[in-house]
Amino acid sequence: MSTQQPLLEVRDLDVAFYADKKAIPAVQGANLTVYPGQTVAIVGESGSGKSTTAHAIIGLLPGTGKVTGGQIVFDGEDVARSGKKEFQALRGDQIGLVPQDPMSNLNPLWRVGTQIKESLIANDVAKGKDADRRVHELLAEAGLNDVERRARQYPHEFSGGMRQRALIAMGLAARPKLLIADEPTSALDVTVQKQILDHLDGLTDELGTAVLLITHDLGLAAERADHIVVMYKGRVVESGPALEILKNPEHPYTQRLVSSAPSIASQRLSSVKEREKVRERAIQTAGEIAAEIATTEGVVGKGEDNIIVVENLTKIFRLPGDRPWRKTELRAVDDVSFALPRGTTTAIVGESGSGKSTVARMVLGLLEPTEGTVKFDGYDTAKLKGKRAMALRRQMQPVFQNPYASLDPMYTVFKSIAEPLDTHGIGTSKEREGKVRDLLDKVSLPTSVMRRYPNELSGGQRQRVAIARALALEPEVVVLDEAVSALDVLVQAQILELLNDLQAEMGLSYLFITHDLAVVRQIADDVLVMQDGRVVETASVTEVFDSPREQYTRKLLDAIPGRDLLTTA
Amino acid sequence: MWWYTARRILQTIPVLLGSTLLIYALVFLRPGDPVRALFGDKPVSEATIAQVREQYNLDEPFLIQWLLFLKGALTGDFGQSFTGRPVIDLIAEAFPVTIKLALMALVIEAVLGIIAGTIAGLRKGKLFDSTMLVVSLLVIAVPIFVFGFVFQLIFGVKLEWFPPTVGGNTSFYNLLLPAIVLGLVSFAYVLRLTRTSVAGNLSADHVRTARAKGLAEGVVVRRHVLRNSLIPVVTYLGVDIGALMAGAIVTEGIFNIPGVGNLAYQAVVRGETPTIVSVVTIMVLVYILAALLVDLLYALLDPRIRYA
Amino acid sequence: MPKPTLPGQERYVAPAEETPLAAVDSVQVDETPASQWREAWKQLRRNPLFLASAVLLTILAVVIAFPGLFTNADPRFCELSRSLDPAEPGHPFGFNFQGCDVWSRTLYGARASVTVGVLTTLLVVLVGGITGAVAGFKGGWADALISRVGDIFFAIPLILAAIVTLSSVKNWFPDRGFWGGIMAVVLTLALFGWPQIARIMRGSVIEVKNYEFVDAARAIGASNRRNLWRHIVPNAISPVIVTATVSLGVFIVAEATLSFLGLGLPFSVVSWGNDIAEAQRLVRSGTRLGVMFVPAAALALTVLSFILLGDAVRDALDPKAKKR
Repeated sequence: MSTQQPLLEVRDLDVAFYADKKAIPAVQGANLTVYPGQTVAIVGESGSGKSTTAHAIIGLLPGTGKVTGGQIVFDGEDVARSGKKEFQALRGDQIGLVPQDPMSNLNPLWRVGTQIKESLIANDVAKGKDADRRVHELLAEAGLNDVERRARQYPHEFSGGMRQRALIAMGLAARPKLLIADEPTSALDVTVQKQILDHLDGLTDELGTAVLLITHDLGLAAERADHIVVMYKGRVVESGPALEILKNPEHPYTQRLVSSAPSIASQRLSSVKEREKVRERAIQTAGEIAAEIATTEGVVGKGEDNIIVVENLTKIFRLPGDRPWRKTELRAVDDVSFALPRGTTTAIVGESGSGKSTVARMVLGLLEPTEGTVKFDGYDTAKLKGKRAMALRRQMQPVFQNPYASLDPMYTVFKSIAEPLDTHGIGTSKEREGKVRDLLDKVSLPTSVMRRYPNELSGGQRQRVAIARALALEPEVVVLDEAVSALDVLVQAQILELLNDLQAEMGLSYLFITHDLAVVRQIADDVLVMQDGRVVETASVTEVFDSPREQYTRKLLDAIPGRDLLTTA
Repeated sequence: MWWYTARRILQTIPVLLGSTLLIYALVFLRPGDPVRALFGDKPVSEATIAQVREQYNLDEPFLIQWLLFLKGALTGDFGQSFTGRPVIDLIAEAFPVTIKLALMALVIEAVLGIIAGTIAGLRKGKLFDSTMLVVSLLVIAVPIFVFGFVFQLIFGVKLEWFPPTVGGNTSFYNLLLPAIVLGLVSFAYVLRLTRTSVAGNLSADHVRTARAKGLAEGVVVRRHVLRNSLIPVVTYLGVDIGALMAGAIVTEGIFNIPGVGNLAYQAVVRGETPTIVSVVTIMVLVYILAALLVDLLYALLDPRIRYA
Repeated sequence: MPKPTLPGQERYVAPAEETPLAAVDSVQVDETPASQWREAWKQLRRNPLFLASAVLLTILAVVIAFPGLFTNADPRFCELSRSLDPAEPGHPFGFNFQGCDVWSRTLYGARASVTVGVLTTLLVVLVGGITGAVAGFKGGWADALISRVGDIFFAIPLILAAIVTLSSVKNWFPDRGFWGGIMAVVLTLALFGWPQIARIMRGSVIEVKNYEFVDAARAIGASNRRNLWRHIVPNAISPVIVTATVSLGVFIVAEATLSFLGLGLPFSVVSWGNDIAEAQRLVRSGTRLGVMFVPAAALALTVLSFILLGDAVRDALDPKAKKR
């Protein structure tokens, strides 16, 4: 084995981007080695330099990016400073790429088959009729059915998973020796993600293709790769055999990553115990609040045990059909019922299109249900009018998914958090300022951020501000719609912790909407699994993780990457 | 697709009706009596005036006049000009000339604008790009009639490459200089649009993917940058036909071309309601048809909206 | 199954001090807060095109306010005896056909031309902005109605529509004077110019309407009206501002074209359009081109400044450039 030559050797690689003639280093002194047929993963958060390294290898650095030092030895030759023509010869049949976002990486104006055929022709693999036949074979190989029809279709007629398969077919079309897979599945649903990665694994094994996998998910990297390279702030901080890294991480950063990765944390018993403590305190506090509410005027509530009861909730969207006078009906939510006990968290888990967010919007009163009722502490929310409807708004608040879109970019942090107080006419301006300070303190942000604008904050910080805004009116229920999904793992872990602390302290009840079953264990008590608008399983968190009843739930669990690595190995 | 086409056609009907009504209303607001104005200082009997009034439906209320005009227009009868010739004949003479002029301008601006815009977009920030940017800005900033006179003076009078005025002979060669002047402003817009579009598409994800496949740079540019970039340009060009027809008012005046623009201008000056409304209707019709055509063409260029 | 470690893949741990761990997601507290507008302003200040247009527009503003600073000649003092006389001291560009001082008329003409551009743009942004915002926000029949009405006005080419309207309206006030003449042109151009802004505003509002912060504001209990004017419109306005800056130049050119056709500002008003139009017959004969070029150059420079300003503002507000 040791006589084998490495396929790719990156030595002391420096990459920088230029802005105003100043070099901003993106990668510094990176080293990594890939042998033929191997899978090597680069793991890191956004901004760690992992994608930049990958793009440098294939000569596709965006904009002002330049390799400023070191070597990239591919198949015995240093390509770090190759020109356009040399890279062009290398791409396709030597190094292939499966890009990140399947939605934007296919040209919308060309048929899928044509786009794959281009690769065959450019790399002199096949021509004319042969090329067409080869396209069909490649699509079949990538796991698509009915390939002749698929090849004639346009990208918009494909689902996300199908597009990613087409991109895999494209990346492997000219049989490259090395395939760079840049977060190939992070935009897809978990179950599709698993299918596609399994398929990619099988295919590259069979063809003997080496894979350089770029990912933010340590669990996924450990599951799929032989060798892992961890990057942080543009540098390689640790590398070595996959399992070894996962089991005894030595660099403090890797240790942090391992302890925060939700796929791994969900398996730890400690997280279950911590959650139990949180719940106990939260239920107690919530009970005290409930007793108070039952006797307070002007508040919506009877102090019941279940703060939200949803019965037979259904939402039908009417969409334009193939004829103008015909409408097709889409049952986005179909007969959903559940209860949210005071001071606890109920998670609604499902993949895209499962109707989970539609449920959240109906509970929040942002969308009118077609049928069914939402009861808030004993009152039917649809029947509340005027003042009482406004009062209900104060008692239930949302936090949304996208930290970049959930704050008004024109508002300072202060104005954003104070807006709910302003709208409801609470307090004098001085009192409001004090309140905003308190809230920032609660979400662990320094008060100096008050005068800042959202574009100056990171995703996690914006999400904290969004939480502070939601808490401004002292609600009892917070609806968290994918509130941590868009965040890097470390930040995600932090926000989950914050949410737990706040729940314990303030006796909040959470409705937690997510596509990621892995994070559920750290925050939820009960779980609703939704598929195609219906609830397929309702159970406690422990039951769902330890003894799932439904096959679909099991499928979701299996799809959590790296789930078995620590328990079985 | 069929429904899409049908719906677009249906949508154009209220626009067409509305714009004729609008123009009718605007002409109706004109102070003074068009009939008396017609006879100038000549003494006329009340009876003659009443007769002329009836002939042009000028004694009817405003909305009835409009409806009568529509009724006539549907049967190809646009009424008579004050000189007594049927308006339809005047339009039939002038319209082909303007269409020829506008199409020539369209071809010139499209070909030159797209070529120059593409090169500028591919070499953003380089000398050619900067030069083109300055040229396009100048063209937009200077009123078109200034260019008209200057070109007429230089290429028509001084260099004698082209006839300075067109007159009755509307051959391809004679119309070339006016067509260049007419297409000049739109050339600048096409150039700017193509440039922005090409430069934007160059950094698109799917272009990187195309490069990753090992395609030659020329293929990447032709198949993945240019085709995607031309969609907004085509939309612009379609809508621009309407603007060119209107621009012809100025250009035809400078070069003395007997087209619709000249006809419209003369009619406006004289206050000939039937001619004004008819010419405007024809121009709006051309604009709307062009926009419709572009929308349908769009569906061919961009598969995503084929079934919208 | 333990595999043998291959050369180059030995276990490696970087020294911890090489990349010291930063606190996860720490807040930078040293920079001054910057709103989107302030960021844009920062970028603008470094853009040479913006600086050039700013200098030109400042000069223009001074000329409009105090034209007498730059000339001693009266633009309305014309003597036919001096018709087309060449330049002489105090009259740097000579005299026009009527025997008026060309330079002085150009300086004083700025006021009318720029007023037309500015007022028309303000009116168009006001009408188009409000109707477009309402159409985009309400949707349904309100949208259909506003969009169709806009289509009607948009379908008639601007210059054609303007000459028809002006020829009708022109005799309403026989003695219109400065403001009467200007308002006729402004109202006419605005009447047919608003749909463009309305379309842009509508599209922009529809896009912003779907952002999550709008939902968040609704969940707080903010009214629709508050949501539209406090959250949606401020975030949707930037493409309108960009288009409006360029349109300002286009309207100035349109005024000149209308004056050329004899339907713009009344001859009594000193304006670039009137002066260029008046000088056209000189160009035909190829004599004394300066009489036309001086006002034409002033007009071109003004329009150029506004277009450059629009380009610079667009670059500064470009969402792609803003990403951090």
